[in-house]
Amino acid sequence: MISYLDNQLSMGPNSPAARRSGRGLNENLAREILELHTLGVDGGYTQSDVTEFAKILTGWRHGALGGKRARQFFGPVHGDFEYFGRAHEPGPKHLLGRRYSEDGEREGMAALKHIAGHPSTARFLATKLDRHFIADDPPPSAGAKLARAFQDSGGHLGQMSAALVAMNEVWADPLPKVKTPLELILSTLRAAGADGLGERRFLLSLRELGHRTFAAPSPAGWPDRARDWIAPEALMRRIEWVRQAVARLPGTLNPVAVAAATIGPVMSAPTAKMIAAAPSVQEGLALLFAAHEFQRRKWCWIGDRCSEASP
Amino acid sequence: MTALGLAAPARLALAAAPIDNRLAIVILRGGLDGLHAAPPHGDPRYRELRPNIAVPAPGEPGGALDLDGYFGLHPALAPLLEMYQAGQMLILPAATTSYRARSHFDGQNLLENGTMQPHGATDGWLNRAIVHLNGGDRRLGLALGHALPLILRGPANVPTCAPTSFPEADEDLLSRLAYIYANDPLFAAALAEARRSKLATAGMNMGARPRRRGQFKFLAEAAGKLMSASDGPRIAAFESTGWDTHFRQVDRLGVQLHDLAEGLAAFRARLGPAWDRTAVAVVSEFGRTAAENGSRGTDHGVGGIALLLGGAVIGGRLAGA
Repeated sequence: MISYLDNQLSMGPNSPAARRSGRGLNENLAREILELHTLGVDGGYTQSDVTEFAKILTGWRHGALGGKRARQFFGPVHGDFEYFGRAHEPGPKHLLGRRYSEDGEREGMAALKHIAGHPSTARFLATKLDRHFIADDPPPSAGAKLARAFQDSGGHLGQMSAALVAMNEVWADPLPKVKTPLELILSTLRAAGADGLGERRFLLSLRELGHRTFAAPSPAGWPDRARDWIAPEALMRRIEWVRQAVARLPGTLNPVAVAAATIGPVMSAPTAKMIAAAPSVQEGLALLFAAHEFQRRKWCWIGDRCSEASP
Repeated sequence: MTALGLAAPARLALAAAPIDNRLAIVILRGGLDGLHAAPPHGDPRYRELRPNIAVPAPGEPGGALDLDGYFGLHPALAPLLEMYQAGQMLILPAATTSYRARSHFDGQNLLENGTMQPHGATDGWLNRAIVHLNGGDRRLGLALGHALPLILRGPANVPTCAPTSFPEADEDLLSRLAYIYANDPLFAAALAEARRSKLATAGMNMGARPRRRGQFKFLAEAAGKLMSASDGPRIAAFESTGWDTHFRQVDRLGVQLHDLAEGLAAFRARLGPAWDRTAVAVVSEFGRTAAENGSRGTDHGVGGIALLLGGAVIGGRLAGA
């Protein structure tokens, strides 16, 4: 994120590095940390908080920029985080009502710690987890429980996850979420016992399905709602992808058996009927992998809760 | 019913469309810097605020193309200058929506939902406009690209058209899937809509997807071609990304603006005579800071720029005082 959101280039306006190079502050990373990764857009921060946070983060860089000119400018190339004090904005900063005295690299740690403990962050993270594991529009009760688990444990993500697993809301619906294209490709290959697609075909498939590797559409990451992945055109691409993928699978597979071993416990009667009546092995497999039960993510087989949760 | 049998009524509905005018909305996602696209070279403060990234004045190497002695056009937008001189481009400097904060997502959401506030509606104003235009000829619209943008989401069923390299799925498989999806409203509705789009855009083969650099021109050409047909769509939206120039703005916007101008020129060429009855609105969620930032770029701001182009536009000037 330091590279993607330009903090590599950011320099405190009054830092020695800025005075020498004529460069200065870049607030991109500071803004997106507040908006997309902690407080959320309505989490209660101002433009001044963004600018002050950007000053706090000046000097936070990594050593992995390539190119001869970059090396000249930034020093030796390595893959780790590094703090570059000459780019750090000197003096005190004011973020979210708190004053941070000049403390170099540690200012950023202190600020992140403070932001992490903010009630807006608890709400924001709880909503993200809820949405990922319960439903696109999770019940508010679940969010409140998760936010409390986060705050009570001092922001311990492990305890938040444990609270999630213990919640009945998680197990209420066995098929609440749609697979991403990556999940769809991997689960299709696994279900068919196939080795892989080959690098080129794999990357092309991801791209065509709108999930190009390392190319999330924004710093918010990939979308996490069914409607973002199952737009009409996108669903048609998934069906087309399944259709051409099964053409490469061995004709010895039995679609009915593969269906039983994968979506068996959640398979609807129409799906079972259509797969059994398919005119060929390939079409049977295509119907299975394109069926909504397979296109959705399921976790009802974790532990013994599946039988309780199955419809 | 066969595909052909269904296609005919859809075509008839299009032929009966009440309007022969065209509207295209081009969304530039990321926040286009208006002061770079149309630099106010006549204002001495322009260079003061942007010592490293200002577009050179007209007459200098790589200089702006003068418009009125005060504003100029970025040289990469040269293909649009002729439209401006022909009175077919209106430039709206410092244009923006009612949004005053600086989040891309909220800003784009407001731009597209048309309610003056982020998340004020879950559908788009252009879709609602299609419904109101004639009470429901829902095939007026067209979205180009893989996803239906918010601006065109809503009650009107707007077809989408996207380039792909997968072979089309056959009708037999699709009708069996429609049966399977009966219990899943999301999948059922998406498939039904996709099949309607497939019929509405039958014969509109976009061919294989181009490389990233040519993407916008490719979409613009496809839009122009589809909208030129007498029974084709009348209202389209397509978009371009990469406008969030926090660093190295001069190089990056040079490429972006070049591709934008090339795409718009290709759109006009493909539209043919229908260009005379066309308006294209080029918009972005917000503008950028007037002063450059510390990385030879600009950060999120408020006022940006909008362009209106087309034979139906009374242009050849800059709007506003």
